[in-house]
Amino acid sequence: MANYSLNINGQQKTVEADPDTPMLWVLRDLLDLKGTKFGCGIAQCGACTVHLDGTAVRSCSVPVSAVGENKITTIEGLAENFDHPLQNAWREHDVPQCGYCQAGQIMNAAALLSRNASPSETEIETAMNGNICRCGTYNKIKAAINTAAANM
Amino acid sequence: MTLIKTNYNRRSFLKVSALAGGGLMVGFNWACSPSENLRKAPSEWFDMNAFLSIADNGQVTIMSPNPEIGQNVKTSMPMLVAEELEVPWADVIVKQGLLDEGAFRRQVAGGSQSIRQGWKSLRMAGATAKQMLINAAAQKWGISPADCTAKNGIISGGDNKLSYGEIASLAATMEVPEDVTLKDPKDFTIIGTSQDNVDLESIISGKPTFGIDFEREGMLHAVVMRPPAFGMSLESYDDTETRAVTGVSDVIRFGDKIAILATNTWAGFKGKKALKANWKGKQKLENTDEHDRKMLKLLDTKSSKPKREDGNVGRAFAQADKVIEKVYEAPFLPHNTMEPMNFFADVTDSKVELIGPVQTPLRTRNSVAALLDRPREEVSVAMTRMGGGFGRRLYGDFALEAAEISSLAKRPVKVVFSREDDMTAGIYRPASKYKFRAAVKDGKITGYHLTGAGIGSSRSSWTRENWFPAGGIENYKVESHSLQSNITTGAWRAPITNFLAIAEQSFFDELATEMSVDAVQLRLDILERAKTNPVGKISYEPEKMIGVIKLAAEKGNWGKPETGVSQGFSCYYSHNTYVAEVAHVRMRDGNPFIEKMTTAVDCGIVVNPDAAINQVQGGVVDGIGHAMYGDFKFINGEPQAQNFNEYRLIRAAEAPKVDVHFVKNTNDPTGLGEPSLPPAGGALANGIAKATGTRLYKIPFVKQQITFG
Repeated sequence: MANYSLNINGQQKTVEADPDTPMLWVLRDLLDLKGTKFGCGIAQCGACTVHLDGTAVRSCSVPVSAVGENKITTIEGLAENFDHPLQNAWREHDVPQCGYCQAGQIMNAAALLSRNASPSETEIETAMNGNICRCGTYNKIKAAINTAAANM
Repeated sequence: MTLIKTNYNRRSFLKVSALAGGGLMVGFNWACSPSENLRKAPSEWFDMNAFLSIADNGQVTIMSPNPEIGQNVKTSMPMLVAEELEVPWADVIVKQGLLDEGAFRRQVAGGSQSIRQGWKSLRMAGATAKQMLINAAAQKWGISPADCTAKNGIISGGDNKLSYGEIASLAATMEVPEDVTLKDPKDFTIIGTSQDNVDLESIISGKPTFGIDFEREGMLHAVVMRPPAFGMSLESYDDTETRAVTGVSDVIRFGDKIAILATNTWAGFKGKKALKANWKGKQKLENTDEHDRKMLKLLDTKSSKPKREDGNVGRAFAQADKVIEKVYEAPFLPHNTMEPMNFFADVTDSKVELIGPVQTPLRTRNSVAALLDRPREEVSVAMTRMGGGFGRRLYGDFALEAAEISSLAKRPVKVVFSREDDMTAGIYRPASKYKFRAAVKDGKITGYHLTGAGIGSSRSSWTRENWFPAGGIENYKVESHSLQSNITTGAWRAPITNFLAIAEQSFFDELATEMSVDAVQLRLDILERAKTNPVGKISYEPEKMIGVIKLAAEKGNWGKPETGVSQGFSCYYSHNTYVAEVAHVRMRDGNPFIEKMTTAVDCGIVVNPDAAINQVQGGVVDGIGHAMYGDFKFINGEPQAQNFNEYRLIRAAEAPKVDVHFVKNTNDPTGLGEPSLPPAGGALANGIAKATGTRLYKIPFVKQQITFG
């Protein structure tokens, strides 16, 4: 066990954890930030997507010891008042069915839009291909990303 | 307007104290921002019945009785209550109802039946409360209730007006009316309008919403090691290294399983990895290859008791100009809900508290009571929002595990499956196969013989013998055989029909080709016979099937594809709903891909249109995804895929655009969570056959037979 000082959603947090503990479980179990979801544990489904210095990463596969001073952003800290253009677009399109994967979808899409403000359909599909939606809301996810891009 | 008897049982009208605060806080949410009516915060709530309570400021809390798995009933069921209550939807707070068999009927998420079976009872709850509010206002004003009306949360009578909030305290004391009148569909103001998912804000802001998010002070996380193969049992284990893992607090054997209890999930996973267990084969260790051989043999076996026989099938085949025979095969499938199985249990001397994602709370409560030998009254179940169900959460095995572990540990615990646990300790869609035979004479189908075989019990049925094409073919025979197995199987979204429809609709496409007739016209001809002069009894309405076929053909430009597009047609009736689909398939770099699916649906009244479109789109994507990629094998009882690196699910780039068209009518609503799935794989296969000349007979299409774009 070791102590780690982490910058999460703009706040400095200290946790005591085994070095190999994935950030996913640090967030969920140690910091009580439940928005980041457990889906597969092997970076295949995207449900646990967070930003590490603005880049989308699968938090299930990032050990706490590798984070250092990099800033972590979770769905809880994506935007003040939860009014990121993507969150607003998700409202407009009422995207979710079960909703479990949606935080990961939004976080992944946010990273896409921050590096490519007006992605093509193919670029959206390629960027979002690592995020599984078992309910099959892909039509609405794509539509919402287009809406958000148009509003940014 | 419909006059109905309220026939409430007494308990549903017990004034449960603080009902508005009685729901589970997980998932609590505003429907949306309240209307101008509400100028002050509520200070007192009055329970009108089990479904709803009204605050002194006019706010309304509606309990959604059924479990929410993504089918959106937590929004659409309360919409039915609000419609008849005549309250602005914006003034409604929705909460998840607890399991309460005295107050609610059929608290199940399954069979696409929530709206259909709640259609009258939910509206009755709203209409009854509305009548009590009217009666209270009329009494106060000294006029007849017949001279009062209720609209937008306000009762008017003569020159008088009272808001629901002002009269709620008196209304709650009124006699329950013996009968109430339900609205005419043409007067609906909420039903038929698109309303956002009531949990939308929680979902997009990351608030604790799902079972896996639930925590309780003093709770331990339980990770369970289960037999690695079906047929194996636990011989011995060594937990020395597990107990040395920081955060692991206990290791407990129960039956053939071992629970690792830990202060956090990761410690539990690590503890399980460090556990050394020895397993032995107690039962036969089964193989997919063997299942396949046996099922193919069953397809050639004559059943002593056919499920249906019309006319003389033997003669029809003997006299045929041409006999067409095809076999279609499908594997087991895991459900793969995105939220892995999990459940919370706190078993104490005085009570058993169960909280989590389950589609069958009543059955689960009864199973847990039996397992722990406790009176049912001592066991409570609170349902959380579920990260998908697809049938997997109909089985309360995860809740039983949590209850048993909590009982042994004497601690509150939350069982969490890893993805590997979830995929390998499944209750799978059973593998199945179908043999279709058709006799053609003088350009007509004169004989039809379907034989189904699948993994299941002797009670399993692999066919829907009274549905299409029953009634439309003179000589008609259906047989069904089961192969028993120790691999656990169960319902998977659109049970049986999720593959039967693919096989059947592929076969009719092949028949059309063989007979040189249009694929849509062939179906219409059979349905015309079934409609006008049916052979034997049928349990579907040919007229409605014809309706969706024509709508899909029109909207999908059947027979007039865009340049470079090959079309595939399919239609299916299930869960009381009719669906027809046109797949638009293109070639890209020599491989086919599905660009668009045109879908026509007759599900009666559409309660929440945007959400309904979402359901239909999801079902189509799910159906296509599993037809293309679904693959799950067993060797020596051991599942051959454990996680998403070995099991392929459809992803964003592979999902087609899905156009959805509803037949407009005012019939009572029917199922919607499942019916768009069964026809999708058939439309896909038929489109691919046209595009490539390759006919697909075996799921998954991609791995075994074809490469996709």
